[in-house]
Amino acid sequence: MAKLWSFCKRFYLAILLVFIYLPILMLMIFSFNEGKSMTKWTGFTFDWYEKLFTNPLILESIWVTLSIAVISSLVATVVGTLAAIGINDFKKWKKNMVLNLTQIPMMNADIVTGISLLLFFIFTKIPRGYVTMLISHIVFNIPYVIFSVMPRLKGMDKNLYEAALDMGATPAYAIRKVIVPQLMPGIVSGFIMAFTMSFDDFVISFFSSQGVVSNLSIYIYSMAKVGINPEINALSTIMFLCVITLLIVINVRAERQQAERNGKIPAKTPKTKRAR
Amino acid sequence: MNKKKAFAVPYIVWMIIFTVVPLFLILFYAFIHRTDSGSLVFTTEYIKSALSGSSMSVLILSLEYALITTVICLVLAYPAALFLWQLKSRIGSIVNLLFMLPMWMNFLLRTYAWRALLDANVPINQFLQWLGLPAMQLLYTEGAVIFGLVYNFLPFMLLPIYTAFTKIDRSYIQAAEDLGANKWQTLTHVILPLTKPGIITGITMVFMPAVTSFVISRLLGGSQTMMFDDLLENQFMLLKDWNTGSALAVIMMVLMLISMALVRKTDDDSMPGGGI
Repeated sequence: MAKLWSFCKRFYLAILLVFIYLPILMLMIFSFNEGKSMTKWTGFTFDWYEKLFTNPLILESIWVTLSIAVISSLVATVVGTLAAIGINDFKKWKKNMVLNLTQIPMMNADIVTGISLLLFFIFTKIPRGYVTMLISHIVFNIPYVIFSVMPRLKGMDKNLYEAALDMGATPAYAIRKVIVPQLMPGIVSGFIMAFTMSFDDFVISFFSSQGVVSNLSIYIYSMAKVGINPEINALSTIMFLCVITLLIVINVRAERQQAERNGKIPAKTPKTKRAR
Repeated sequence: MNKKKAFAVPYIVWMIIFTVVPLFLILFYAFIHRTDSGSLVFTTEYIKSALSGSSMSVLILSLEYALITTVICLVLAYPAALFLWQLKSRIGSIVNLLFMLPMWMNFLLRTYAWRALLDANVPINQFLQWLGLPAMQLLYTEGAVIFGLVYNFLPFMLLPIYTAFTKIDRSYIQAAEDLGANKWQTLTHVILPLTKPGIITGITMVFMPAVTSFVISRLLGGSQTMMFDDLLENQFMLLKDWNTGSALAVIMMVLMLISMALVRKTDDDSMPGGGI
């Protein structure tokens, strides 16, 4: 009886995993399909992988997605970390107010954030395009960095910074050499979150660029109406394999670090991605 | 005095320009009418028209879908989190990672793959026929939209609940058993209250985003199922009617504020020290 029950539990988890992975498996399998159909298998081919790297539209959108993700998350990490350090020293009511305002882009529906930015760009007559998309990504990335750095600051000894100043360090030097190293885990997880949010975003990019430039999501969305190109399947297969490799590397590293400092308190797990 | 506060200045300026001002622009467009002579008058017309018959019914439909999605996600995710927690903790966290992995893959692509899977003459219908059931129109139905929403948001429900589970001190369970509670009583009186913060976080991460995910309904529901943000997108991208569009956005923000307030309230009611 107990055995049957334990089998049922595993079976349930397995079914859910199948449910989650079925479409991904589909994409992978049909990236090797000779025909363009996503439903009928006609033969094996590597063609789509070759074509992928010669399709200028896809390459362009990959470039847009990657460059915006890298630039926006780097800018957000620097600005957000400095902001967190500053905000932490604010008086209580001021701190609360700033943090509440910071929450806005996280809590608001993406579509509202996107529209508010679009209105702003129209109002200020900034031409829509790459730059406005980049600005918007920085806007929604900074809060993730701030909220993953803040908890680290709370547990930090304030006197260390003062001590550094007393010993003749300039504030910038003290930040770099004393505060930042202690905040590193929070900064890194903030960066990773910002990067994934930016990489995956559709709605805010769509509105803020008004379709002038396409990132990958916008490209896929416009394709989906007419039928997706198998090249996209090939691309998603490559991307998925990259993500898996990356995660395995990170996990193996984390485990090794864990083993090294065994006995100490384990690092705080990074927060999750937000729903879209 | 230290000058750490100054580090927050660039961010504060940035936030006021790109978060606060755009929100005021939405309010401006939603409530201010520019007459033909160019003067500005306050009006509630736009809000009224945004709440009128047709768009009201769309809003209600969106809320209904989001509610159904949230309930299904909760019903599916809670036992899954429980079973994951009952596995050995190492295996549990690996399986949990497997559930999270697809979130790093473009959600449009995964949803698109479902479109192929649900298509009339393919896999799922063949499977139904094999079971002796009649073939069904699956794609472009309400069911397909809810299915797609559940698929996309399930991980966002699972993760916070599972995180709440991992924080449970297992000796509580032992204590409950020692004191004579049976499995069901342990679940309802010990485990459920302890995981309540996770459930609440999960609901917030699913419900509001599910109200506003027009892409999924667009891909799986076809043109028949109009959702609230379809409406919004139309106002902005096709009709360029910024006033009514902004009014719709204001309604969405109010909804978001209400749901946040509700969550805060239930959060306060639950035991101290909760929350993730």
